[in-house]
Amino acid sequence: MRFFKYIVIGFLFGMTLYKSEAVSWFRIFEMFHFQSFHMYGIIFSAVAFGIVGEQLIKRLHLHNIKGQELNVPPKAPQYKRYIFGGIIFGLGWAMAGVCPGPMFILLGAGYTVLVVFLASAMLGTFVYGLLRNKLPH
Amino acid sequence: MLDFLLQVKDFISQPWPWWLAGFMIAFIMFALMFFGKELGISANLRTMCAAEGAGKFADFFDYDWTRDGWNLMVVLGAMFGGYMTSQYFAGAEGNIAHVSAATVDSLRALGMNYEVGKVPLVPEFYTWESLFTLKGFIIIVGGGFLIGFGARYAGGCTSGHAISGLASLQLPSLIAVIGFFTGGLIMTYLIFPYLFSL
Repeated sequence: MRFFKYIVIGFLFGMTLYKSEAVSWFRIFEMFHFQSFHMYGIIFSAVAFGIVGEQLIKRLHLHNIKGQELNVPPKAPQYKRYIFGGIIFGLGWAMAGVCPGPMFILLGAGYTVLVVFLASAMLGTFVYGLLRNKLPH
Repeated sequence: MLDFLLQVKDFISQPWPWWLAGFMIAFIMFALMFFGKELGISANLRTMCAAEGAGKFADFFDYDWTRDGWNLMVVLGAMFGGYMTSQYFAGAEGNIAHVSAATVDSLRALGMNYEVGKVPLVPEFYTWESLFTLKGFIIIVGGGFLIGFGARYAGGCTSGHAISGLASLQLPSLIAVIGFFTGGLIMTYLIFPYLFSL
């Protein structure tokens, strides 16, 4: 039962991205053509609500259920990995029109061919794991 | 009572405005933070590799993956959310992407002849038949590989960097998001004209 809350959170995530059409290849296509504010609105407003919320948490010294300070762990202070990895991810995001969240959401919605996409994404992650020590970070 | 529930169902079934989606995504991020976790969907790909024994091949996968079981539950919930929404909350128009008229023109320029207001949510190349065409194979198999490789290389995907990372004002996430858009624009403007002429 301790996992139930995560299933509920995931359910809301799936419903949100589905009903806002963020799972749509065509919405991603539109975003990269700068033809609608919709996708930018989703990202910007999520970030804006997130920034306000995190500032409130800091000012009020809120804690999580384990009693620790609430915060997002800092990302590693590197830069090459974010540039190279980011560009590779972006190529895939625009081509496939789905990122990892929508991949699972659309799979659940019945687009079963996405199991091949998922398997390929796992292969990509696996190959990264193999090459990690040889790649510039 | 039943009437009221049907009204709620109709209300939810409308297309959601961007600000509602943004609010919900931020809410989901804070809910996970409250439980001591971090929003990040692509991390599950590493977990799934580790769970299938990839630790024998690379240290990167040699860790106690069961500690990330909660995140697998998030994607299980997301799949269930996708199923329920597509089945019961699709709305009167069905699964439609309400893209702009300019986008329909751009789609036509690439040979995808849709009409305004009738663009589906998912394109026709996400089918099993299409997987065995060159274009479908490149998009599904190639796209999946790039996303899996790139997300782990960059240390996160759209949820971890563009939402969670930017909201916590982290420079690495801003660099990653600039990378996402650089790659996306290269694909859209330089590669799509060739890909869609296949």
